[in-house]
Amino acid sequence: MLKVLENAVPVACWSCSVAHNESTLFCPHCSKIQPPSVGDYFSAFGLQPRLSIDLAALELEFHRLSRRLHPDRFARATDNEKQWSLADTALLNDAYRTLKDPLRRTEYLLKLVGAETNGSAAVSGDGESTAKKQRKTPADLLEEVFDLNMQIEEMRMAKKSGRDDPQLRESLRMAQEKFEGMVGAVDRDLRAQWAIWDTGDESARKPAERAMVALLDRRRYLSNLVRDVNEILGD
Amino acid sequence: MAEGHVVGIDLGTTNSLVAYMEGDNPVVIPGVDGSNLVPSVVALDPMPANGGRPTITVGNSARRALIETPERVIYSVKRLMGRGLDEVRAELKYFPFRLAGDIEAGEVPRIQLGEMRFTPPEISAYVLRQLKRNAERFFGAPVAQAVITVPAYFNDAQRQATKDAGRMAGLDVLRLVNEPTAAALAYGLDRAKEGTIAVYDLGGGTFDISILKLRDGIFEVQSTNGDTHLGGDDIDNLLLAIALDEIHAEHGVDLRAHPGAVQALRKAAIDAKVRLSAEQTAQFDIELPNGDRYQREIPRAVFELLIEPVLARTAGPCRQALADAGVTPAEIDEVVLVGGSTRIPAVRDLVDELFQLSARGKKPHTELNPDEVVALGAAVQAGILAGASKATDDMLLLDVTPLSLGIEQLGGTVARIIQRNSTIPASATEHFTTGVDGQTNVAIHVVQGERELAADCRSLARFDLKGIPPMAAGLPRIEVRFLIDADGILHVTAREQRSGKAAEIEVKPTYGLTDAQVESMILDSFDHAEEDFAKRLLIEARNEADAILAAVAKAPQNPAWNQLSAEEQTGIAAARDWLRMARETANVTAISHGIVALDKATRRFAELMMDAAVSSAIRGRTMSEAGENVNESITAPHAMAPAEFK
Repeated sequence: MLKVLENAVPVACWSCSVAHNESTLFCPHCSKIQPPSVGDYFSAFGLQPRLSIDLAALELEFHRLSRRLHPDRFARATDNEKQWSLADTALLNDAYRTLKDPLRRTEYLLKLVGAETNGSAAVSGDGESTAKKQRKTPADLLEEVFDLNMQIEEMRMAKKSGRDDPQLRESLRMAQEKFEGMVGAVDRDLRAQWAIWDTGDESARKPAERAMVALLDRRRYLSNLVRDVNEILGD
Repeated sequence: MAEGHVVGIDLGTTNSLVAYMEGDNPVVIPGVDGSNLVPSVVALDPMPANGGRPTITVGNSARRALIETPERVIYSVKRLMGRGLDEVRAELKYFPFRLAGDIEAGEVPRIQLGEMRFTPPEISAYVLRQLKRNAERFFGAPVAQAVITVPAYFNDAQRQATKDAGRMAGLDVLRLVNEPTAAALAYGLDRAKEGTIAVYDLGGGTFDISILKLRDGIFEVQSTNGDTHLGGDDIDNLLLAIALDEIHAEHGVDLRAHPGAVQALRKAAIDAKVRLSAEQTAQFDIELPNGDRYQREIPRAVFELLIEPVLARTAGPCRQALADAGVTPAEIDEVVLVGGSTRIPAVRDLVDELFQLSARGKKPHTELNPDEVVALGAAVQAGILAGASKATDDMLLLDVTPLSLGIEQLGGTVARIIQRNSTIPASATEHFTTGVDGQTNVAIHVVQGERELAADCRSLARFDLKGIPPMAAGLPRIEVRFLIDADGILHVTAREQRSGKAAEIEVKPTYGLTDAQVESMILDSFDHAEEDFAKRLLIEARNEADAILAAVAKAPQNPAWNQLSAEEQTGIAAARDWLRMARETANVTAISHGIVALDKATRRFAELMMDAAVSSAIRGRTMSEAGENVNESITAPHAMAPAEFK
């Protein structure tokens, strides 16, 4: 696993010919920008794949690297350097967008280690589409979801005929709170799995990965519910 | 500096400006008439008797031509940039221009101007060339590189069209910058602040809202939203429609049949709008062809009720931008107002309410002239790119793509591959395969927008992945990489992974010019001959002198001439004689000064002429009064009217 970290083949700098590690964005010798390498999002920031990330440090590093890599810094450079700056910055931006968001980060890491997720709520620009996900109701939620859908339907009818049903509205608001609470619970569970994955060895990681895949599915399902309730309560 | 100046250009719907970094400060470069604003108006002079191409004038002089030869003048072309035939057709309902007759579907629409026809990027190129010349005259040196601003909510085609225009004008466009972001750069220069700022930009034709985070000189855009069809024009049209209806109802005169009268009325509407920003009331007082008067007082309170629905349309994008940035109004530290329409008190009230400003003891930033701030910011970005100014050394702008990028899937739904508000450059990689054995082509349709169905989004491009080695269905694995660059423009590359062959792609933009077309539209190669620079400046100055001298020669035939005092007439004659002499010297500065002087001397005449030209339909008292009172009305939004109203 994590083969991406193992292929650090030394290559020579295009400018000064000194050999350097392939995942380096700049030549350590002459500081010139290098052609983009095939590293993962974590290595773009010089990080090991981890789920707990210091976001403040990540932002600082993003800014520091942006200052050096951004095409604005290469407006009058050679065409090659312009191309590399563009590709490197795109990679940096894609990486930052993915890593700063806890869900995208989790999905990305799971994909990196080969654990299957059922598509992503937050697209990470990696080929997963946002097409409607199949909505298989988790067994423990069957009854509540059934009730909720009834209420949403009732509310829709009420709205259609121009009425507002304060009691129904209140009951929907309570359901909204409840499901939001469940999302919060999933997030706490996810963080617990993060810690297991980050600190555990191979034998601890596999079950954590499976748990996270399941938690992400559950979370997607719950946030769709919350979105539906918000929609009917709004406007 | 060996490589020359990089200028910043605000290519606006109504007015355009060019600015540069003078040391550590951005400064607007005035035109030859001394005005910072160049009206985005392009006129075709009469066909020369000896054949050849007629001269093209830009700016204030083009505006004047509108009175004599309205069918040879075009303005507000920004509204047509990067748009398809149907869109342009819809847009032209509000303008007096005509489409060239023989355009085929899929072609870039061309506008008929006299006996010639131009694509929107060509028209913009003439405006850009004028700004380029203004800068070159100012520096006394060639200018070849520029940063050009675009509305943040411009899509890929509109951005590409703007870049094409730059190339046609002989400019290497180093960067397209979003207008609200540029404004933030202009404000961010003199303070090393941290915090979250909102830029509310309501211009003549477009509305943008951007939320940015400032930290250590890094301007990181969090979100942007807007409406490319919302601006001061909508307010003018409202007032105008009301006046036209009332005149029709009360006096039985339908002025819609008189384009000249509609223009005069529109100018009166704009004057009233401008006055209502400072005063509590404004009047229409217009004499109608049948001798009646249309008198109408518009109290500010009524005006505010009228425009409320227009202004309300800016609230939705603001809320969406806040939500996308993940901040509440109370977390916005500063608000910057950009665009002439933000002078309207009701707009300021709305912004105050949206961002809870006065409730928090805050005020929006209006210190910089809202008409100039975008150009100043473009100059700052030019300074960043040139790396030539200490002030911009530490600054970096990280902007976002305003619209999501997606691919049409089976069934017509959209698979989003790059979400809106992603920091650019941004990329995404997709894999495609074949559906039939031996298939060698795969067609891909790329769209931009937030809707679920491809038909509801904007078609960006269609391409064919060609040259796929024949294999069983589903076996080829074609990797397609989509990359949005720092200008917000999409690039596509593809590779067939099983055979390792780079698949050939032919990107057919849905709305756009091919490279060869742009090449053929480059205005004149003369602009590139740097060794002839001094000679070129002289020729241009003389051409400009000739144009204004020719106009002045015809002046006494105009009825407006007799309204001038003897003193004014003598003044014009003296300035004319001076310019005639200066024209014969090889001194560009002297000719330029002569042009400025004659331009000044004829300003009131030009205003009178505008009145006179429409007085056959109506006599616009409001206009002549405004012309006397407001000397700089020459740079006010131009008074051109839609051809028809709904």
